[in-house]
Amino acid sequence: MFGKLSWSAIPINEPIDMIASGLMILAVLGVLAWVTVKGYWPYLWREWLTSVDHKRIGVMYVVLALVMLLRGFTDAVMMRLQQAVSVGPDAGYLPPEHYNQIFSAHGTIMIFFMAMPFVIGLMNFAVPLQLGIRDVAFPTLNSVSLWLTASGILLTNLSLVVGEFARTGWLAYPPLSELKYSPGVGVDYYLWALQISGVGTLLSGINLATTILKMRAPGMSYMRMPVFCWTALASNLLIIAAFPVLTATFAMLLLDRYLGMHFFTADGDGNPMMYVNLIWVWGHPEVYILILPCFGVFSEVVSTFSGKPLFGYRSMVAATMAICILSFIVWLHHFFTMGAGANVNGFFGVMTMIIAVPTGVKVYNWLFTMYGGRVRFNAPILWSVGFMVTFVIGGMTGVLLAVPPADFILHNSLFLIAHFHNVIIGGVVFGVLAGYMYWFPKAFGFTLDEGWGKVSFWCWFVGFYLAFMPLYYLGMLGMTRRLQHYDNPGWQPWLIVAAVGVAFILAGILALIIQLVVSMRTRERRRDRTGDPWQGRTLEWSTSSPPPAWNFAVLPQVEREDAYWHMKRRAREERAAAAEALAYEPIHMPLNSPTGFVTAFFAVVTGFALIWHIWWLVILGLVGALITTLVFAWRDESEFEIAAEELAQVDRAHQQAYWAGDTP
Amino acid sequence: MARPATAIALAAALGVALPGLAGCSGGILDPQGPVATQELTILWDSMGIMLAIVIPTILATLGVAWWFRAGNTRARYRPDWEYSGRIEMVVWAIPAMTVLLLGGIGWVSSRDLDPPKPLPADTPPVTVQVVSLDWKWLFIYPDQNIASINHLVVPAGTPVSFQLTSDGVMNSFFVPQLGSQIYTMPRMITRLNLQADRPGRYSGISAQFSGAGFPDMLFTLEALPRDAFDSWVANARAQGEALDAPAYARLTQSSRADRPRTFRSVMPGLFDAVANPGHDDPRLNGHP
Repeated sequence: MFGKLSWSAIPINEPIDMIASGLMILAVLGVLAWVTVKGYWPYLWREWLTSVDHKRIGVMYVVLALVMLLRGFTDAVMMRLQQAVSVGPDAGYLPPEHYNQIFSAHGTIMIFFMAMPFVIGLMNFAVPLQLGIRDVAFPTLNSVSLWLTASGILLTNLSLVVGEFARTGWLAYPPLSELKYSPGVGVDYYLWALQISGVGTLLSGINLATTILKMRAPGMSYMRMPVFCWTALASNLLIIAAFPVLTATFAMLLLDRYLGMHFFTADGDGNPMMYVNLIWVWGHPEVYILILPCFGVFSEVVSTFSGKPLFGYRSMVAATMAICILSFIVWLHHFFTMGAGANVNGFFGVMTMIIAVPTGVKVYNWLFTMYGGRVRFNAPILWSVGFMVTFVIGGMTGVLLAVPPADFILHNSLFLIAHFHNVIIGGVVFGVLAGYMYWFPKAFGFTLDEGWGKVSFWCWFVGFYLAFMPLYYLGMLGMTRRLQHYDNPGWQPWLIVAAVGVAFILAGILALIIQLVVSMRTRERRRDRTGDPWQGRTLEWSTSSPPPAWNFAVLPQVEREDAYWHMKRRAREERAAAAEALAYEPIHMPLNSPTGFVTAFFAVVTGFALIWHIWWLVILGLVGALITTLVFAWRDESEFEIAAEELAQVDRAHQQAYWAGDTP
Repeated sequence: MARPATAIALAAALGVALPGLAGCSGGILDPQGPVATQELTILWDSMGIMLAIVIPTILATLGVAWWFRAGNTRARYRPDWEYSGRIEMVVWAIPAMTVLLLGGIGWVSSRDLDPPKPLPADTPPVTVQVVSLDWKWLFIYPDQNIASINHLVVPAGTPVSFQLTSDGVMNSFFVPQLGSQIYTMPRMITRLNLQADRPGRYSGISAQFSGAGFPDMLFTLEALPRDAFDSWVANARAQGEALDAPAYARLTQSSRADRPRTFRSVMPGLFDAVANPGHDDPRLNGHP
């Protein structure tokens, strides 16, 4: 009846598991109870859970990402504490089966459920606003993407309470991840959670790429798009090209595990290295899917806070698209030690170095953007300058690892761990946090507290160096990754330093939370009435904060890049109350739809049933999802009209507030 | 402002790995063979070339950001300056030239230090066949017809030619002080050539996660003078059990932290039977 599922799946005998899952359940129940008591359900359902507004979907993505940052970071703390004490065979407080789940979950969560939703959330929020349009190409599909991502997150967290998570590392290399060596449900949780959220990511990629290619405001040619839109385009094209590879690879591993096939098994003519190749054909573009939009954020932030256009816009675009293409021909550098041969290794090494060229160009262009500017050191630019300084070190160690003989002695060592945290934290995390602080006032209509933002930056910055510089050195001492214990007492002092670094990062995360709470409590003081708190240059700053559901009452006419900057200049010169002259026309906006939420519900049911081999429930879930799709496809109404008078009223109020707040 | 200080501190942190500390540290900073020595040299050279670019870039970033701060009235504000062909050329040229240089190093060194390439030496190499098992290392000496577990004894100053495979999951065979690691993969054979210049004991690890017993998958590489090696071989032949089919079947059972031991004989063709390439297709078998 219930397949492999029985009461023994609940880890009652493992205190750490039970405490963790107990706390998680309490937190979830607490939030649900609070929402119920306050009577927020109708509001939440109407305004958020069924919303197809790209801004709200973007915000919900970022909320998911921030929650998963806490979960993934908890794993990081546990690992650092374990390695700080586990010198000797039976040392440490985490047994191997537990420790191995933790590092697998840490990687999976941080990449798929922290970095990805954060980046996609920022793109969802900002891209349509920057393009001067009212929504993405497929609004309901956007909601489906969000909730499928949430489904994957839910399944991953469920594994903490019911069953176990993978113990194979975050990429689940076979044969270790095959049934013979991982008979439990951990790998199945991993695979189905990522299959479901992967579909969401692919749909989101198609949606945003279509939006950018087909739906720009009148006059916004490609070479007038803000650089963030360019990087978003590159990133979403990469998603479209790379995620199907991931889905196919996981599908083959699933066939091995469920139907006894031999794609990647150690026996039966399976070839595990085919999996390793395929997973990195997805995996290397994936890191650029994450970092490119962050490059876009830095471009916007550096330009805005320097009060200057981006230096070398065309170079930036060229560099972005070059990275987009080159990222597909470097994957083998993740396993030079496979023994592929000198020429193969040499080729992929050189290609990897070549990708550093456009990246280097970007760093110099940001530098020259600040050159001749008036740099205002608000929190977003602190993250940006911190990024530039940190990222070049990560880039350097990356190129170092691209020299095959150097990789032969550093592969899989803590040097590698330090390298990719150097680029992921110093690049992606700094980038999304810069974007979060930059666009927060646009999303919510009030600015975030600067002081706590700066405290958070400095804690993260110092914490990063303390936590990962020792890891570079430990890698050179010969310490490899994923060690539950070790026998070299000489390593311990460095691991303790790294643990102290994690404490600093914890302080940085706490400062982020305090910043949010303080800012919400003082939001009346920090209202952004003009819609343009940073003296912005791109179109998202030309509408009110938060923007109305329709973003722009009249679609802006774009005449050059940095469109809003030039509009403001001209408006100031002419002192014309432009709003009076505008011709407002009624517009149609998409209706909210529960399709995404309901589809995701059935996706979770199906995924859970597949993991536990409950076949009747699989069928039930799939039928439910199919019916949801059919109901949506045969809907009668999909849009509603907003009257011209309403648009005019809201828009004029914003214009007045803007001119009242503007003191040139 | 603390940022320049931090930058210097981190440059120092990277610089910590200079040979000063290396003597006592073990790991790749204390190379004991020709492969490891060359690889470390390549590592330092590449890092040096890049630091020559990276350090000025970091300083310039901090300098420009600070000089052009909004409060500095001496800095000239040029709100419309967004392009300079000459600067563009330079900013593309700097990374391109660096990569040209490093790409050359990468390409040439990839060929020079290709793991299957035999090491130059006067003496013929000793052949060792390596099988990674859950969670231990089996070393077969086909010419001496002996084998050992978790204890790899080789003659110092003589190249060792490895053939490697795995009976089960992937691992990576790595003796940090001797250089190049390489994967062991089921039904595939990889090749590797290393040499220990001086007698000594060097720690060996698996550098590819392989499951619950992974942290204990350690071995010792002991380099002995030639005559001591010969007497070790003679000793091993004289005692211990024979590695026949039943003994090998016992070895394939999962176990952790196995004590090092030797086998007085090895059943013929064991390594090939384990690796069982099955095909003549060189693409499936690492190096033909």
